[in-house]
Formats: sequence, C-alpha cells, structure tokens
Amino acid sequence: MAKQGVKNSTESPAVLEQYYRDMVFLRHFEEKCNLAYRQGKVGGYMHTYIGMEALAVGWLESIRKGEDYVITAYRDHAHALLLGTDPVAVMAELMGRKGGTAGGKGGSMHLFDPERGFFGGWGIVGGHIPLGAGLAFASKYRGEDRVTLNFMGDGASNQGVVFETLNMAGLWDLPCIFIVENNEFAMGTRLEYHAADPELWKRGEAFGIKSERIDGMDVLQMKRDAQRIVDWVRKNQQPYWVEVMTYRYAGHGAADQDRQLYRTKEEEELAWKRDPIKRLETVLLDQKILTAETVEAIDAEIVEKVDKIYAEADASPHPDPSEVYDNIYTDMTVEKGH
Amino acid sequence: MAGKTELTYREALQKSMFEEMDKNPDVFLMGEDIGRYEGTFKVTKGFFPKYGTRRVVDTPITEAGFMGLATGAAMAGLRPIVEFMTMSFSILALDQIINHTAKIHYMSNGVVKCPIVIRGPGGAAKQLSAQHSHSMDGWYAHVPGLKVVAPATVTDVYGMLKTAIADDNPVVFYEHPRLYAMKGELPEKEFTIPFGKAQILKEGNDISLVGYSLMSQVNLLAAELLEKDGIDAEVVDVRSLLPLDTETIYASVRKTHRAVVVYEDWKSGGFGSEIHARISEDCFDDLDAPVGRVGGLNVPMPYSRVLELEAVTNENHVVAAVKKILG
Repeated sequence: MAKQGVKNSTESPAVLEQYYRDMVFLRHFEEKCNLAYRQGKVGGYMHTYIGMEALAVGWLESIRKGEDYVITAYRDHAHALLLGTDPVAVMAELMGRKGGTAGGKGGSMHLFDPERGFFGGWGIVGGHIPLGAGLAFASKYRGEDRVTLNFMGDGASNQGVVFETLNMAGLWDLPCIFIVENNEFAMGTRLEYHAADPELWKRGEAFGIKSERIDGMDVLQMKRDAQRIVDWVRKNQQPYWVEVMTYRYAGHGAADQDRQLYRTKEEEELAWKRDPIKRLETVLLDQKILTAETVEAIDAEIVEKVDKIYAEADASPHPDPSEVYDNIYTDMTVEKGH
Repeated sequence: MAGKTELTYREALQKSMFEEMDKNPDVFLMGEDIGRYEGTFKVTKGFFPKYGTRRVVDTPITEAGFMGLATGAAMAGLRPIVEFMTMSFSILALDQIINHTAKIHYMSNGVVKCPIVIRGPGGAAKQLSAQHSHSMDGWYAHVPGLKVVAPATVTDVYGMLKTAIADDNPVVFYEHPRLYAMKGELPEKEFTIPFGKAQILKEGNDISLVGYSLMSQVNLLAAELLEKDGIDAEVVDVRSLLPLDTETIYASVRKTHRAVVVYEDWKSGGFGSEIHARISEDCFDDLDAPVGRVGGLNVPMPYSRVLELEAVTNENHVVAAVKKILG
C-alpha cells in the first residue's frame, strides 16, 4: 500500500499555505461547476476533481510551468487552473461561451492552453496517451529538457493504445511521465471488476519503464514523490509510469446521479476521512501556520473569488451562430449550409 | 525535353520528400519498416541512410499508437509524415485520426495546430486480397478537419506532396500501388500544386468522366476506347477530395451535359456517390441524362486474380456505363 503522510514538511509556511489555497480553490471551483450544471448553465458531460486535488497540486507544483507539457483526459479543470489558465475562461468554456478557452467549442472536457503547455482536455478514454508521448517525442527531437505529464484514469490504463504507447516510450526513451489517477472507479466499474491485476503500477515494468505506486491523498507526500520523479525524468530523459492512489468523492460525471449503484454510503464516509484538504489543514493548524480564524477567512475569500468567476463567466456572451464554421482548418472552411 | 526529367510516380514522391526534409528540420518520417527496410513499396528508399534514426523513425507495428504519437508531435510544432504500409491498416488508427487529429484544431478553437501528413497506398495492387486492398478514401473525405488528396500523375504527386507537407492541417495523402511505377515527365524546377483544384486531363465534348487517383488513368484509357467509337469524352481529374473543386467539375458537366463518376472504393456509399449527388443536385438543368456511377464491387477484395479483376473498376466498366448513358 502507499506510504503514509509526511509529518515534517520541508516547504516554507508560505508555500504550504499556497498548496492549501490551491486545493480549496479547486474544491470550491468544482462545487460551483456542479451548481452551474444543476442550474442548467453547463450542459453535456462534466467531470469534477473533488477529492483528487492533492494529486494535481503535487504534480503541477513539481514542473516548470509553461515550459513542460501537460495533457489529460476529460477530468481536466484542475490541470488547466493550476497551470494558470484564466479561471473565468475555464468557467465560460463550461458554459459554452464565446470567451471560453475554446470559444465554447470544447466544453468541460476539452480545455486547452498550449501557451501554458496544456494540450487538453480529451474525451476518448486513453486516446490522448499517445498524443502525450508525441509531445515528449517532440521535446526529445529538439534536444530540449522538458518533461511531459501524461495523466489518465485507472479505466484508461486498460486501453490497447496505452500499452502501444508504453512500448514506444520505453523503446525510444521518451521523457514522459504516465500518471494513473487511480480513483478506484472506471465510471461506475470498480477497479477489481475492470483490472486483471489491480496493482496497476506493475504495467510499466513489462516495457522496461521505471514504475511505482504512490499516495495521492497527502499533498506533501505527493509533492515530494512528484518532484523526485519529475527531476529523475528530466535528468535521465526516460519515461516513468506512476500509479497514484486517490479517490473520487464526486460521481463519475455530473450526470452520475446514483453513486449507490457502485458503492455504499459507508464507503464514501470512510473515504471522506481521508479528505486531502482536511489533512493539510490539520498539518497547518498543528504547525500553527494557520489558525481556525485564518482557515475560515481563506475559505470565505475563495468562495467570494469563485462567486465572482461564476458571475463574470455567466455575464459573458454566447458565440454567434456564424462561428460554427470557424477554426475547422487554419486556412479554409467547409461548405456552408445544411 | 528541356527542363524536364522522366521519373516514376514513386521517384517523384521521393524527390518531393527529400526537398522538403532538406528545407525544414522539423519534417520527419514515421512508419512501419520505412527506414532500414526502405518501405514496403520502397517509397522511403534512401531516406534512412541520409537522415538516420532521428528523422526516419521505424515504428513498432502499432498503427493507433504511432499515429497518436505523431499527432502529439505535430501539436508541439513538428511536421510528421506518417506512412501507413497500406491505407487498409489505417483503420487501426481511425480513432486517432478522426477523434483526435482531425478535431484538435476545432475543439481548441484554433489554438492548437496539427500539421501532419498521413500518406500511403490505397486501393488494390495485385492479389493482396481483402485486408490489404481497399482505399476507403470516402471515409476520410467524410471528416471535417482533414484534407484529402489523391493525385493521379507524376507531376501532381510531386507538387501536391509539397503542399501537404507545408499545410498546417492534417492531410490524408492517397497514393496508389498501381501508380508507383508509372512514368511521367517532371519539370526540374521546384513547384507546388495547390489543393482544391481539379484539372482536365483530356478535353472532350460528349461526356465528362470524373475520377481521381488510379481511376483518372483508367478514365484516360476509357476515353481512348470511346474515341474509336466516335465518342469524345472529357476526363476530369478531381485530385483533391476535401476541399472539393466542384466548380471545375460542374463547368465540365455544363459543357458536355453528361457525366459518369468513376471510383475504386466500394460503390455503395463511396466518395464517388458524394460527387454524383452534387452533380445531380447542382447541375440538374444542364444534364441530358442521369449521372452515371461506376464503383468497385461491394465485395471484400478476393484473392483469385480472376475474381479480383471482376471486383476492381476498369476502363471497360467505364465504357459500358458511357454507352448506356449515350444510348
């Protein structure tokens, strides 16, 4: 099983507080997304990161933001936000607005911000994994020392194209970190019902790729492990396969209304005791970096910030119907009309 | 032959790729057996010794995997040329090509570009049977976000490949196994041929034969046969399926008032059906007869040479269709 948490952090109080603020922000942002979905402001499919915040914070705080490449599946809000994508543009994209990250053409599942190294935002389970390896291929081709973070869920780790990609990454020494966000469920199918060997971390070993399983519920341990792996990959220019143990408090997507079909309330209650935000909060209170009052003040401040993001996104215009033809190609469009 | 050399279709492809690779260090080749083995159809012969493993990448036999990997490399700004040993094998990579490569630009509202060339032989060679012989050009020409071209001549395959490599969008570049050894004259001076322009390979007044790739050569043969019977056919080489130059096709139909669309893909639901529908829809008042359609038999390609010849479209099928229309 994964290692247990770090007691004595090496980070400065300011950095620790920042991790805390980042996680609380992600939590409130995602809760606001859920509200927007219930209100009908967001349509289609939407997948929140609630419960998994420590994982994204740990990894994205370990890279050179804007230089390293990041790619993930459809549970992608956290990655974009932590890379510095304008949260109003993210919320606007969810609402299908003109000012969204993709002008309302992508939606929740397809956030992109290549200027910050973020290449999506993909909806076919496992389908983006070779793309991520391609980003790493490009940096290696050019002799750069970037690393690529290639995130996927535990469900994706069964896709054939993932194994094909691991083979190429091992064969060509691509500086790509494959990160399995193992939240124990492939949609509504529990790990033990979808994986022949639930120890997913072993899957990289068959391709000669360094592989391990780590804990993603303790942000301090997560950061420590992520930094170690990122540094190793940057230095050695070789791939890495990491299974990160986490838990999805939310349903698979906002449309997943009945979680009791695949797990019990008791299981969820137990999992909430491992809440990564509460866990860091306890450390911060113990170390007197925060007090009960500052915790409350931070929370109120972030709630207000998220309210403003929501209001600003909601006030922004929808795309004009004529924009339907824009950006299919760089230099032409398709014939118009039905 | 001042300023021209005689080359095969294959050599013209090679010349085009050598020139572009010399010009732009971001252009690289990727595919199965394209390097050390020189390519199954020898299109990449000479590239591995010149550019080495970095720019001529022999892949494992994992079509979806390397197609996706090349797509990611293109997103990061490289310009991959991906070879499929046959276009039949690209079926393994359909999810990558259609759900990923073709849609990136739109899904990101233009912030991510994907300059990639997907090339290889499509169509029946000789007795390669059911899993190596189909072109499925209509599958790709159906997809917004892709450009699809299918050159029929030595000049075009050279000039259009250069255009494909310079294009910032994904381009599916159809070659034909039965055209690789075809010879033609190529101007020595470098040139490109734009997409979206059909051409008239032979002028005529009685009927328009509309096709692309090998079928344009078949149509030229059919036109010769028809001439003996006093029928003056015009051969329209579509060249570019997406974008499609309907203007040139329609202008020919408006002149001859009759048309047959000829394609090698399965007749039912092939891209020729789309061209047929457009002519029927947009040139109705100019037509003196219903538009004809000649396609490959709706059968998986059989191995037996006798059966294969029965299945693949040839000039006699075209002649028969023309005579039926002209009564």
